[in-house]
Amino acid sequence: MSESNTQVVDLDDPNLTTFDIVREGARRDGIEIVHYEPQYPAGSKGEKRMVRIVSFFFLLTGLASTAFVVAYIWWPWEYEMGANASKLYTPILGLTLGLALIGVGLGILTWGKKLLPHEIAIQDRHDGPSDPVERKITGETLKFIGSELSVARRPALKLSLLGLLPLGAAAAAPLIGGLIKDPHHPDILFKTGFAGATKENPIKLVRDDYTPIRPEEVSTGGQITVFPGIPGGVSNKYADSPTLLIHLREGDAEALRANLYEMNQGSPWQSYVAYSKICTHAGCPASLYEQQTNRLLCPCHQSQFLITDNAKPIFGPATRSLPMLPITVDKDGHFAATGDYKVPVGPAFWEKS
Amino acid sequence: MKRRKVDLKALPGKSAEAVDARLHVATPLRSLLNKVFPDHWSFLLGEIALFSFIVLLLTGTFLALFFEPSMQEVHYNGSYVPLQGVEMSRAYETALNLSFDVRGGLVMRQMHHWAALLFMAAIVVHMIRIFVTGAFRKPRELNWIIGLSMFWLGFTEGFAGYSLPDDALSGTGLRIASAIMLSIPVVGSWVTTSLFGGEFPGEIILSRLYIVHVFLLPLILLGLVTVHLALVFMQKHTQWPGPGRTNSNVVGERMFPRYALKQGGFFMLVFAVIALMGGLFQINPIWLFGPYEAAVVSAGSQPDWYVMFLDGSTRLMPAWEIRAFGYTIPPLFWPTVVLPGILTVLPMAYPWIEARWKKDKGHHNLLQRPRDVPDRTGLAAMALTFYMVLTISGGNDIVADKFHISLNAMTWAGRIGLLVLPPLAYYVARRIALGLQQHDREVLAHGVETGIIKRLPNGQFVEVHQPLAPADDHGHTDLPYVGWTVPKKMNRLGALGPAVRGFFRPIEQAAPPVQQKQVEPPPTREEITSGKH
Repeated sequence: MSESNTQVVDLDDPNLTTFDIVREGARRDGIEIVHYEPQYPAGSKGEKRMVRIVSFFFLLTGLASTAFVVAYIWWPWEYEMGANASKLYTPILGLTLGLALIGVGLGILTWGKKLLPHEIAIQDRHDGPSDPVERKITGETLKFIGSELSVARRPALKLSLLGLLPLGAAAAAPLIGGLIKDPHHPDILFKTGFAGATKENPIKLVRDDYTPIRPEEVSTGGQITVFPGIPGGVSNKYADSPTLLIHLREGDAEALRANLYEMNQGSPWQSYVAYSKICTHAGCPASLYEQQTNRLLCPCHQSQFLITDNAKPIFGPATRSLPMLPITVDKDGHFAATGDYKVPVGPAFWEKS
Repeated sequence: MKRRKVDLKALPGKSAEAVDARLHVATPLRSLLNKVFPDHWSFLLGEIALFSFIVLLLTGTFLALFFEPSMQEVHYNGSYVPLQGVEMSRAYETALNLSFDVRGGLVMRQMHHWAALLFMAAIVVHMIRIFVTGAFRKPRELNWIIGLSMFWLGFTEGFAGYSLPDDALSGTGLRIASAIMLSIPVVGSWVTTSLFGGEFPGEIILSRLYIVHVFLLPLILLGLVTVHLALVFMQKHTQWPGPGRTNSNVVGERMFPRYALKQGGFFMLVFAVIALMGGLFQINPIWLFGPYEAAVVSAGSQPDWYVMFLDGSTRLMPAWEIRAFGYTIPPLFWPTVVLPGILTVLPMAYPWIEARWKKDKGHHNLLQRPRDVPDRTGLAAMALTFYMVLTISGGNDIVADKFHISLNAMTWAGRIGLLVLPPLAYYVARRIALGLQQHDREVLAHGVETGIIKRLPNGQFVEVHQPLAPADDHGHTDLPYVGWTVPKKMNRLGALGPAVRGFFRPIEQAAPPVQQKQVEPPPTREEITSGKH
């Protein structure tokens, strides 16, 4: 574009306006300002109106910001139960801050879009590959750098460079090595809080307040979340241990007894059965109990498990049954586990066959 | 002692001279001030992401002053009465304190969360714009890849932040994340125990997520944002075709003062929207969810919107598990590890795929209208439909609940929809694009419909068309299509006066009606040389 204006502007010419110099400067940067026109004639009604609008917006910002600071300092903000003024603290802060920012935003936008002249400028692009000569020189320079190192010519050097590889390993080792944690020694993924329970030394099932449970406390068709009765058994330290204890109706219990997998034989106690609460799909608690259909639904990805058939998955993405906990009633008359789960609890992984 | 008088008027000039004497900046500064930017509303979408990111840095820094990512068990003793005495992690306690015991903390927390949602939304919409207009083509492939990387980094950053408060919802999300890592063949269990420092949840994961959330990822994002903008700056922004616009120029405004002012104003407006949302719309009320306990979950647990598509893919995945030689690949692996992998690699390679497919290795600075590339527009519709089906499936329990549809039916609808709807969307979008193209050509050949019906002597009714250029004997014009809006209404040709301005009452006098206005084609049409280099 600048080719059409090849005549050199004498910048010392006293007749030049500032805009002439600006335009000349733009030309030297390969930019042609082809259109530059105020939106409103100076002093016109329209211009005054725009000035008023801009001032209004900035005034709005001033007011809203003041309101923000006043509310921030004096509005009651400390939490109180019930419906009261403190509940309005956050909305008022957001509203006043939002208004203040809208004011300054619209003010600036109106200023820029309406009070500054509208312009069309055209700039040349200089993209695409570089000048062939430049490319050649740079390419040769790079080649030269490579050849000066002359690894190709000195095979011994090449070989010794391989010797530096362990340095990379040395750099990575402390960074990654410190993080690595063996999942198999101890075998944490295959054990829950019920590990260590035996027929002779059962571990009690407890509620989330560590109280034990008697059979008559779970109504027919009812269920309760239980935990291993060991120190910290309820806490997230044993995140794989939450268990659902279900009291089946007599007919359903019979159906379950008929369906029991080999490994689950002897695990239920009378018409009570305990399944792991941790979904075998992604580890959410599969805890939505549909009493009428005897299904457990996991609310995360909607896998459904049939509790009258070993809690095997009957819908959704889960592929494995919920593990069953072998339970009994101990000499105190409380529910207790006589062993750990027979298969690892929770989502599947590579080593879990 | 003689006091020297400071000439205030000469001060700016003097300081400028002093700066230039040391830094030698007059020339680069001028070319920076003069740099020309093309303007179009669709170029502002990326800015929304940038401005949200700035708000995220500001609010996030504030939150970090009060939050402690500790998993140490404490008894809550703050001012939120319903949770007093409850056992919880220190992280959850400090998040509650931020909401109740820090003055203005809640509005900051909510602004931070809303800004994160807006950040991701702006990235997605910006990405769609880049895709359908072909702005990713040579020479901008690298910036397209950087943009895609930023989507996934933002995704991870958002998820890490979402997990920090250690409430019931985020803890469940974290547990799913651990299951996803577990599902990776061969190394899954090692990766999981290494990251969690043992079995889920362990005692260290929040500290690790914290350093990832407040240091590592923001640093990488900031670096990539800088490179992204620097590349836009160096390669110069693309522009729409139009009068005077060619592949080798940029038509627009110089950066200063008008363009920069408009950007500044727009930043303030984005900031304002985030402030309004942060104050007026509740988000992630962690005090209602309670602390994370491994045994507790509620129905209707949804992640933030940008994670929902992966939740959806997980829900729709059939129960297919591969077991062989005593080893397992769980069904979770495909929708949560393989799918995101494909969704990363395929779009990154797309600029080269398209260049081969369309045999177009050219250098492109002019954008394409979506209608002019029906195949690509169809692909975009296909990808978006795929994404939408997954996102809706991520909330299919809510849909099932609100519309009284069986949950299982929703899952099946999602499974079938995921396979059937995207090809359908491709077909429909492609046909629409072709139809719009054809209509453009029709108007160029026959002119604009005037709405005037003429009866011919033989009784036939015809509509009068206004040709866009001098027409031949049959009323046909031979105008080439140049890749930009074709006027389709008479007032676009200036046949109608502009509407009288004013909201409730006119603020200006209506111009007197023009009796016979000769409609002429815009003379600038002849200058168009776009599309040809």
